Amino acid sequence: MIESAQRLAWRLAPQLIALIIILILCRLVFPGFYSIEFQNGRLYGSLIDVLNRGAPVALLAVGMTVVIATKGIDLSVGAVMAICGAVAASSSVRGDPLVLTLILTLGVGLICGVWNGFLVSVLNIQPIVATLVLMVAGRGIAQLITEGAILTFNDPGLIFIGSGSFIALPMPVVTWLLFGIAVAVLLRLTALGLLIEAVGINRRASTLSGIRTPVLLMAAYMLSGLCAAIAGIIVAADIKGADANNAGLWLELDAILAVVVGGTSLLGGRFSIIASLIGAMIIQAINTGILLSGFPPEFNLIIKAAIIVIILVIQSPKVQGVMTFLTVKSARKRDVEQTAQ
Amino acid sequence: MNQKYLPLIATILIFIVSYAMCALQYPNMLSTRVIGNLLTDNAFLGIAAVGMTFVILSGGIDLSIGSVIAFTGIFLAVMLETTSIHPLLAFVLALLITTAFGAIMGAIIHYLEMPAFIVTLAGMFLARGMAFVLSIDSIPVRHEFYGTLKSFYYKLPGGGRITLIGGLMLLVFAVGIIIAQRTRFGTNVYALGGGPQTAALMGVPVARTTILIYALSGFLAGLSGIVYSLYTSAGYSLATVGVELDAIAAVVIGGTLLTGGAGFVGGTLIGVLIQGLIQTYITFDGSLSSWWTKILIGALLFAFILMQKGILFVSRRGRSYA
Repeated sequence: MIESAQRLAWRLAPQLIALIIILILCRLVFPGFYSIEFQNGRLYGSLIDVLNRGAPVALLAVGMTVVIATKGIDLSVGAVMAICGAVAASSSVRGDPLVLTLILTLGVGLICGVWNGFLVSVLNIQPIVATLVLMVAGRGIAQLITEGAILTFNDPGLIFIGSGSFIALPMPVVTWLLFGIAVAVLLRLTALGLLIEAVGINRRASTLSGIRTPVLLMAAYMLSGLCAAIAGIIVAADIKGADANNAGLWLELDAILAVVVGGTSLLGGRFSIIASLIGAMIIQAINTGILLSGFPPEFNLIIKAAIIVIILVIQSPKVQGVMTFLTVKSARKRDVEQTAQ
Repeated sequence: MNQKYLPLIATILIFIVSYAMCALQYPNMLSTRVIGNLLTDNAFLGIAAVGMTFVILSGGIDLSIGSVIAFTGIFLAVMLETTSIHPLLAFVLALLITTAFGAIMGAIIHYLEMPAFIVTLAGMFLARGMAFVLSIDSIPVRHEFYGTLKSFYYKLPGGGRITLIGGLMLLVFAVGIIIAQRTRFGTNVYALGGGPQTAALMGVPVARTTILIYALSGFLAGLSGIVYSLYTSAGYSLATVGVELDAIAAVVIGGTLLTGGAGFVGGTLIGVLIQGLIQTYITFDGSLSSWWTKILIGALLFAFILMQKGILFVSRRGRSYA
């Protein structure tokens, strides 16, 4: 138990250090960054804001991590968010009870996942291409549902999901924390996580050794669809309306980025959901930090690109090979010096 | 008949049949004006899609082109407004920057062995960010040289015009087809798409080819940016968001395998024209909403991927189990 906790801490160390460095930088550019107030039964402050604003990307990152671990990718999550937001809004406008709205929306998210999963696992289409179909068509479908307008609703129950609070924390924060931890625990306390990693490392070998690969792949994409549905509800509830054009726009890229920053390789295999969640928080902390610092937001994307490049270079097989080479070389040099003495 | 031509022939057939169906409903669709506008309106997409075809043929992907187009547009607008250099010089500068940008991405992809997807994603953020830094406003271009360039056109019988940018797109496609089919570089691109290891063993210079492919894509994205700047007479950092997706869709609809190694530059032209045709039909109809474009393109994309799968399946079965 202690050993596994130690291993987890070791695994999360780079992400945690990066997050701490960025939080310190935020404090330097904006002195009030750490102040947290308690008002109207809820906590307020920049740190809470980071947790709250990062909710959609964090949720998407949970599903994306699992999909990427199977050596796949899900480009459609942003479009699925738009579809689910539109479904939730139109259902609410129709006057459906909250429970029905939620079931409908989550169901639609799962169906989108089934579609992607079907293309990838049954028809054996490359994941990038398979999910591209829904990414291109998804926003059109969302606009079909909202009939081109921005549908607004005022069901207090639905709005609560986006801007309510629960034990002093904003509802989106509670949602992604609970959901992320639940999925992580489910995957790690059962063999599921291991099987997913096996599929990502070598799909053929795992099929031959008796893993039901199609079922696992399907489940991974369904999880991603479910995550996108929850994120879609949160975004729609936050603005009390469904915007088919802009809801979740480019969030798939942020989610992939969060997973990559979290240290999960795009080539599949070992994954960590907790690390991806920290990755999502790193991205959000950068965004919030740049906004608060009064630095022109135009630089936001450039800084983001620079951070990706740095992380890419560190993670690249070539650089790691060179680093191993150097450490081995210096160790050998030491050996030689010792024998000389 | 050779199986590798099947997707291309299917694309051409679909284009002809759908054009005929549109023309039956609206006879004016056949007028040369519509054809001229089809070329002009899709010129920037077509030019960028040629670069994307090479990238996809080699088994890679380039997500940065939309941002590079926007960057080029805003770069030209800012340069022409704040300095007094001639637009032609500004064009050369813009092309140099975007070509170097593509080459650097290619070098990172090759030497650091990173997936093209994530490297060009970083490139997409970087180019868009640089566009934002240059200006967040939409800047008009008022240089008289732009007017001169726009006044060049070839008049077709029936009142249609092939404008400078429409003609440029056709020229780029022609050059692209020659490069892909008739040069050593083109053969190397196909070989790389068939499998980098095999290509390296056959003596293909993988490093040089990879860098050249992304440099070419960057160059064409820059050229597309110039065309877009001529087309809109303005630069805006939020323009052409998502053009990379349209370009990828055009390439796939044009019959190129997304796994690389098989496909034709000419097919991409048909892919671009099919997308343009859907938009034109929606304009003619008037009651359909523009979001149907996206849904139809998604459906076409799906149909083509499925067809390619089917052809691959049949040919493989024919080869090994017959």
